[in-house]
Amino acid sequence: MTESKTVISCSNIWKLFGRNPKGYLQGIPDDTPYEKIVEDGYIAAVRQVSLDITEGEMIVIMGLSGSGKSTLVRCFARLLDITRGNIWVDGEDIGKMSENQLIQLRRKKMGMVFQNFGLLPHRTVLNNVGFPLEMRGQGVHERHERAMEMIDLVGLGGREDYYPRELSGGQQQRVGIARSLAIEPDIWFLDEPFSALDPLIRREMQDEFLRLQEMLNKTIVFITHDFDEALRLADRIAIMKDGAIEQCDTPDQIVLKPATEYVSKFTLEVEKARVVHARGMLQATRNPEGSIANFSISGEKTIQELARTLVNEEFEFYPVEDSAGQNLGFLNRQEALELLIGPNNAG
Amino acid sequence: MLGSTNLSSNGFLGLNNKHWTFIFLAITLVLALFKGIFPEGLTRPPEFLVLPFADWINFFFVFLRDDLGLIYVSRAISGGVEWLLDITANLLYGKHRWPRIGPIPWSAIAATAFVLGYSLGGWRLSLISGGTFIWIAVMGQWKWAMETLSVIIVATPISVLIGLIFGTLAWRSKIFERILNPILNVAQTMPHFAYMIPVVVFIGVGPKAGAIVTVIFAVPPMIRMTLLGLKSVPPEVIEGGKMAGSTGWQLLRFVRIPSARTEILIGVNQVIMQCLAMVVLASFIGMPGLGQKLLQLLQSLKIGQSVEIGISIVLIAITLDRCTQAWAKRQPIHFPKGTSIFLRHKFFFSWLVLFVLFLVLGKFIPILEEVKRNQALSISSPIETGVDWLVITLDPVTQWIRWFLITWILIPLRNFYLWVPFTAVLALLACIGFRIGGVRSALICTSFFVLIAISGWWDRTMITVYTVTVAVIIAAIIGFPMGVFASFGDRSSKTILLICDTLQTFPSFIYLIPVVMLFGVNDVAVIGAVVLFAAVPLTRYTVEGLRNVDPQIIEASQMSGATKYQTLFKARLPMAIPTIMVGVNQSVMFSLFMVIIAAFIGTQDLGQEMQRALSFTDVGKGLVLGLIVSFIGLMVDHLIMTWSYSRKKALGIN
Repeated sequence: MTESKTVISCSNIWKLFGRNPKGYLQGIPDDTPYEKIVEDGYIAAVRQVSLDITEGEMIVIMGLSGSGKSTLVRCFARLLDITRGNIWVDGEDIGKMSENQLIQLRRKKMGMVFQNFGLLPHRTVLNNVGFPLEMRGQGVHERHERAMEMIDLVGLGGREDYYPRELSGGQQQRVGIARSLAIEPDIWFLDEPFSALDPLIRREMQDEFLRLQEMLNKTIVFITHDFDEALRLADRIAIMKDGAIEQCDTPDQIVLKPATEYVSKFTLEVEKARVVHARGMLQATRNPEGSIANFSISGEKTIQELARTLVNEEFEFYPVEDSAGQNLGFLNRQEALELLIGPNNAG
Repeated sequence: MLGSTNLSSNGFLGLNNKHWTFIFLAITLVLALFKGIFPEGLTRPPEFLVLPFADWINFFFVFLRDDLGLIYVSRAISGGVEWLLDITANLLYGKHRWPRIGPIPWSAIAATAFVLGYSLGGWRLSLISGGTFIWIAVMGQWKWAMETLSVIIVATPISVLIGLIFGTLAWRSKIFERILNPILNVAQTMPHFAYMIPVVVFIGVGPKAGAIVTVIFAVPPMIRMTLLGLKSVPPEVIEGGKMAGSTGWQLLRFVRIPSARTEILIGVNQVIMQCLAMVVLASFIGMPGLGQKLLQLLQSLKIGQSVEIGISIVLIAITLDRCTQAWAKRQPIHFPKGTSIFLRHKFFFSWLVLFVLFLVLGKFIPILEEVKRNQALSISSPIETGVDWLVITLDPVTQWIRWFLITWILIPLRNFYLWVPFTAVLALLACIGFRIGGVRSALICTSFFVLIAISGWWDRTMITVYTVTVAVIIAAIIGFPMGVFASFGDRSSKTILLICDTLQTFPSFIYLIPVVMLFGVNDVAVIGAVVLFAAVPLTRYTVEGLRNVDPQIIEASQMSGATKYQTLFKARLPMAIPTIMVGVNQSVMFSLFMVIIAAFIGTQDLGQEMQRALSFTDVGKGLVLGLIVSFIGLMVDHLIMTWSYSRKKALGIN
């Protein structure tokens, strides 16, 4: 992660559904348990969420259905108004924006992909992708040209005259992705974009998505209920339960140090060595005592990828460096092996 | 059979609904059995309670018309409608009005119908639609049919537009929807004639009155479907539109309305079918066309010619229904790259070619331009012979049915309904209301009938209720087993559903032809027509209910070793009953409509009074009678739908 500016920032935001959420929220303390709120007839979709998302980062919000993750992303885009708190996008409080400012914000800065695609059934692929451009009043030629670029980008070239109904689920979601990218947004929201697809296609779309992300380097808020998907894609993962964020950290840290019992339930089944990178297990000490390898390993590699080195090269510590060749710290062989094959109980 | 599903479990005044049910049942029995000892005022609504609603309404209408000058507004509107009607009339049957270019030759119109049918539904539909117009021309009914169609062509777009506007407004404003909803409920349960009287007062009689009453009658379903369509657009599609940066208007124009296309087009379909039904009936207020011919022929008992006209109306109904349904269901498909403009618009160009071809041919071959009266075919004399033979052969049977129905069922039942004290009826309704939906239902049911009691039309209402009861029971005896047996097979289910759907598109007036043919003009014919009309939805929903039972439940019951009939009675029927009850509900609604329409072949109920109100253009009386019919319908609807809903919930369906 590079040091850069915060794109989306929210502090202590709440979203309640019910008869009089604002009034109700005023009368209860911040630490009111979820069950009490439900008892009072309200649904607490988002509770006490504070989060900063930096430029170019991909944050994955993970949670089971009903945990409030989709609501949270809709609050970021102000498709829903929050009950309390503030959300700043590029330093501007979106809660205070007028309808018109909001429309301008969406026309220039935001794109969103939906679980069930949200395509317009009566429009061709070309006109679906060009829709956001049409809304902001761009001419036919210009918007068709741009839409065609996007269609080629997602690999649907040649199908621009098809109607959504005539495409497979995976293809429809490609249209959804192309549409959300048409206005060149800075912020990209993806609400469970691959959940409606079958597992094989999902994998393929994830690869495609990683390729796009590398090319475009946008700030991304990605929603999923699939922990593996989150581990695969995220820079940071925020795990939600009952509307609150249980833990927000890098995949390495979540797997190695789950903050709550709830989070550890997810990590239980995970093959940790496949997830954790060398840079995620760095020893804090600068110059550890013991034998140190005379070569460096890449911090971007997972422990499993390093398995052969770990077994063959018997040093206590390995220097770890980043892609630029800069030393990051040292990896403890014993710890890494334990992660790889389990703790040594026999000895 | 009534499930123990009480909506309010807390009870009313400390007693639960079961107690109240028994209390009111006891009151009912006491009031009915000992009516001799109670004062007369408990048997029939006493004079001092009867309120002159009709006079109030009349006063209000006179105020609207004369003092507020609404007559000028209505005249201006009807002037506009007349101008439009003149255009279609000139084009379709050459009425001497602007633009004075008609009539279009019948062959060119038939070709248009043919191409339209083909483009929407392939060969089968093109044969139906083209064939309909050929039949009409060949049978020499062209002018009448075009008179009818010219009104539909004008009324449909107006209704659709009004419906779209009101539907969108209701969707925008919750308050407006709340106000509109009860009005629509009443409007959709008011019999056709109730609409005609105010129109006669404000517009007069003739085609323009027919068109305007048609518009008013056809708007409610369009409002409903627009509202439904706008509400059922998937939220993600709307969010997608919002995230594309649409303004509110862009969202409505480019996202919501196009996405609601199917529902809106189904609304258009309903509008057209309502228009047809109303145009045919508007013959009662001097609307020329097929309806007027049919009315005259039926009144003079010319069965053969009535059947000819009836076939035309039925064919038009099927054509209009199938074409608009196909239109609603049609999904866009893309053309391969490089398709030429002619191929892309092949239907338009082939229509253009055929249309011009027949325009030209018509100039040289006169019979393609107009089929003269003396050139027309007629099948009325063979039909008449056939019908005469049938009537004579069946005479012993029909005579016996007549005798049996009248002596053993109709008269005793009618006398019973008239004998029951009105207070006992109110108590009984409270009892049923408590059983089904608690205090709320009890209050709704009784207040509807209290209003009827103080309107002064109690006896007539009871006769209508009795006719409807008898008809629905007979319809159930016929329709229910038919539906059950049809539901056993895939093909038989499909066939019977197709038949029922087709029968439902027929204008209600058509159902009078066969019964007048068999029974003549009397009360058994009325019952017969109502039974026919009411059996259709009952059969349809029986099949649908039984077919839609979760297959896993049926499989589970079969794996438990149940026989076909055990499966039917223990598994399928209990699951299907809520749906079947919806059919019963529709059956009651249809019966109410039909009873009123059938009045002109002789009844003594509300329908007959309605006819009188129409001939004296008595708005107040007409509306009061219309509202009574509407209240009966709404009460039944409330009871059945409440029950069906709670039952479905208990069974975990939907």
